[in-house]
Amino acid sequence: MEMTLAAPRVDYLNVRHTVASWLLTKDHKRIGIMYLVVVTIAFFVGGLFASLIRLELATPAGDLVSSDTYNKLFTMHGVAMVFFVLIPAVPAILGNFVLPLMLGAKDVAFPKINLLSWYVFVIGFLFTLYAMITGGVDTGWTFYTPYSSRASSTNVMMTGIGVFITGFSSILTGLNFIVTIHRMRAPGMTWFRLPLFVWAHYATSLIMILGTPVIAITVLLVAAERVLHMGIFDPALGGDPVLFQHLFWFYSHPAVYIMILPAMGVISEIVQTFSRKNIFGYSFIAFSSLAIAIIGFLVWGHHLFVAGQSVYAGLIFSFISFLVAIPSAIKVFNWTATIYKGSVALDSPMLYAFGFIGLFTIGGLTGLFLSAMGLDIHMHDTYFVVAHFHYIMVGGAIMGYLGGLHYWWPKITGRLYSEFWARIAAGLVFVGFNLTFFPQFIAGYLGMPRRYHEYPPELQVWNVMSSAGASILAVGYSLPLVYLVYSLFAGERSPADPWGSRGLEWEIPSPPPTANFEVTPIVTHGTHQYAPSKEVGVV
Amino acid sequence: MSNGHTRAEHFPGPLHHPPLTSGEARKHHVPHEHHPKLQHHFDSMDQQLEASTLGMWVFLVTEIMFFGGLFMAYLLYRWANPTAFQEASAHLSKGWGAINTVVLIVSSLTMAMAVRSAQTSAKPKTQVMWLVLTMVFGAAFLGVKYVEYGQKFHDNLVPGPHFVWTGQYPAGAEIFYSLYFCMTGLHAIHMIIGLGIMTVIAIMAWRGSFDARYYTPVEVGGLYWHFVDIVWIFLFPLLYLIGAHYGAGH
Amino acid sequence: MSGHIASTNLYYAVFTALLVGTGLTYAAALVDFGFFNNVVMLAIAFTKMMLVMLFFMGVRWNSRLTWVVAGSGFFFLLIMFAITMSDYMTRGWVPGTLK
Repeated sequence: MEMTLAAPRVDYLNVRHTVASWLLTKDHKRIGIMYLVVVTIAFFVGGLFASLIRLELATPAGDLVSSDTYNKLFTMHGVAMVFFVLIPAVPAILGNFVLPLMLGAKDVAFPKINLLSWYVFVIGFLFTLYAMITGGVDTGWTFYTPYSSRASSTNVMMTGIGVFITGFSSILTGLNFIVTIHRMRAPGMTWFRLPLFVWAHYATSLIMILGTPVIAITVLLVAAERVLHMGIFDPALGGDPVLFQHLFWFYSHPAVYIMILPAMGVISEIVQTFSRKNIFGYSFIAFSSLAIAIIGFLVWGHHLFVAGQSVYAGLIFSFISFLVAIPSAIKVFNWTATIYKGSVALDSPMLYAFGFIGLFTIGGLTGLFLSAMGLDIHMHDTYFVVAHFHYIMVGGAIMGYLGGLHYWWPKITGRLYSEFWARIAAGLVFVGFNLTFFPQFIAGYLGMPRRYHEYPPELQVWNVMSSAGASILAVGYSLPLVYLVYSLFAGERSPADPWGSRGLEWEIPSPPPTANFEVTPIVTHGTHQYAPSKEVGVV
Repeated sequence: MSNGHTRAEHFPGPLHHPPLTSGEARKHHVPHEHHPKLQHHFDSMDQQLEASTLGMWVFLVTEIMFFGGLFMAYLLYRWANPTAFQEASAHLSKGWGAINTVVLIVSSLTMAMAVRSAQTSAKPKTQVMWLVLTMVFGAAFLGVKYVEYGQKFHDNLVPGPHFVWTGQYPAGAEIFYSLYFCMTGLHAIHMIIGLGIMTVIAIMAWRGSFDARYYTPVEVGGLYWHFVDIVWIFLFPLLYLIGAHYGAGH
Repeated sequence: MSGHIASTNLYYAVFTALLVGTGLTYAAALVDFGFFNNVVMLAIAFTKMMLVMLFFMGVRWNSRLTWVVAGSGFFFLLIMFAITMSDYMTRGWVPGTLK
């Protein structure tokens, strides 16, 4: 029998090769990849600053850099990581790519606005980079007044402009997702047949829409005070610097849920695929995503416990902060119950998922310590706080992102990466992460303040462990850059569904054609409908 | 990744859609309109209009929160400095403020009429007339603001090193004027952007782009315009009218 | 075809109501009602806003989703106002703490 030579299949990657076809694309899949490039650059920029921080902190004396320079290092590490990595990573890269596929749609609701959001992101990043290169900022990523509005002589304005512009990228992405999810679902795709990744991104988009504008106006007000001398936060005029903190954290606390919710959505997908089991408690996880988004708007004052906020307000914020942990915990229980008695495969995405579940739990529990006002008085501005949020941001969000990147890599690129090296990288990241950040809990508990470039000598052992861990972490993060890029050229071609998963995105070829679906799919039931397991009888 | 391959073979999954025969495929094929303005990722003009309207409303929510931060600052400082705010507000011209309020209300009317004219497939000239009227009133609003700001500069009421206040509460007055300039300034910027948007829409209308089947940009532009009007509806009393009955002889 | 088309009479009626509201709020400001001035002012502004939203912006004839979206913005704004003010208004309530 003769083999008929088929023409090479046209997909969204090879349909056109010109630079213009990328820079003027309206295809959500290409835009996702363009975000991947910029976010990866931002990640290594932030990582560079982190390396310098850990290098300085390996010795108790402030001997590597001056205190002023150190202030700039941790500020720029924070700005780069928060605004240019953590917030966009999962939504703008994985969300942009996968969300329309999961809905059975040809694209997002507003493809041109999607492209605009990328350009806005790049412009904001360029402004911020320029600020970093031409002298830096030293206010902390939280740029509290009155230091940021009056006293700091560094590039506050330029960084503020960069952050302000980038905020619009977030807003446009959230806007696009909300309208897409409401109006672009395939026939039969009811809300409760949506993948949990979609629910997570819906909740995230709500936060992007409601929260980001508030930090935008706050940045403008700081700029107004710096440049136009309009003293809204100026005590000399009867202004209140704490008002800045209220406005800043009104966004920045929900922002941390922007960072974690999408990663949780990734975990929900990975855990089902690699346990060969439907999620335990689908509605609970879906509603928990919404609950986290909404309750997350009510807790910002827990950043102001020692700022002069009233004790009664602090009481309410403390109580609600305990409440917001509940939906997160529900998710952890449900993921665990999903894995229990599942047919578990330890592919690299699942390794990241396991890492996420454990490390997020530790980070979340330590958040409860900090929610208790009495404890926070001792631990505020210590390394305990730093460790807490890195467990969530890095042990949680970044691991979720890496898990998702690996999980959907075959779909995005049509290539399979080296599972051997991926497992090594995942292991290095896990070990390196814990060695970096667990000692920081101890150092913080013992009183080591954050944002100082020197510390008492008795704390050195914890800092040395942390810096050693950071070097392992650096290797762990650099490896994917190597083997993932290598797979683009020499990786085995991927079938439509390399993991044996369930979901609309796995039913189209890898990589997908530009229009995603030849015929609009008609959905008849929800995703991840695995065959019943003999023991448990789960459907 | 050999694991991935074998697993896929052992666990064939139920498809999300049953294999369609060609007859069924034709039945299930979602009908496609072919209006020249229908973007290809949408299935119908209706879906496009609904999605665009929803998108603009979501954007307006971000604008509510954006201005909201300023209203928060106003709320706090007015609560903390009630008399200072009244004293400072008395120096604003209620007359200009009222005129501007009326001007914007008229512009909202003409905007609504412009949308309606597109919805009813009115002649392009009629559509453009309503749009241009809207822009004229918008420009008038900005003209009044220009006059007002000029007066403030002249009276040394711009916060900063040149601020001079002879009344009882200089600090509170300076905060009031900081808020005044920030809030009305941000509003004016939105107005200018609105004029830009209206220019584009007017040009499209002039070219006959809009009729009952397609008027999405007018609808969506109208929503933005009305929102800017609503912000002023709150700014006027909160900034201009709180000192109206403030003690005489200040 | 989609979207409800309102009558011009309705638009003119709303327009008139908005002008009346503006006049009322101006007149009320000239009289000293004390704190009640704020209530009157905000009530009139709120009514004018609702008129613009319902009729000029067409929310009256839009899907419930539009209502929810528009309402959510105001709801979260109120949260920002209420909780932040609850901080400032309760400072100094506990003896010995910061005022």
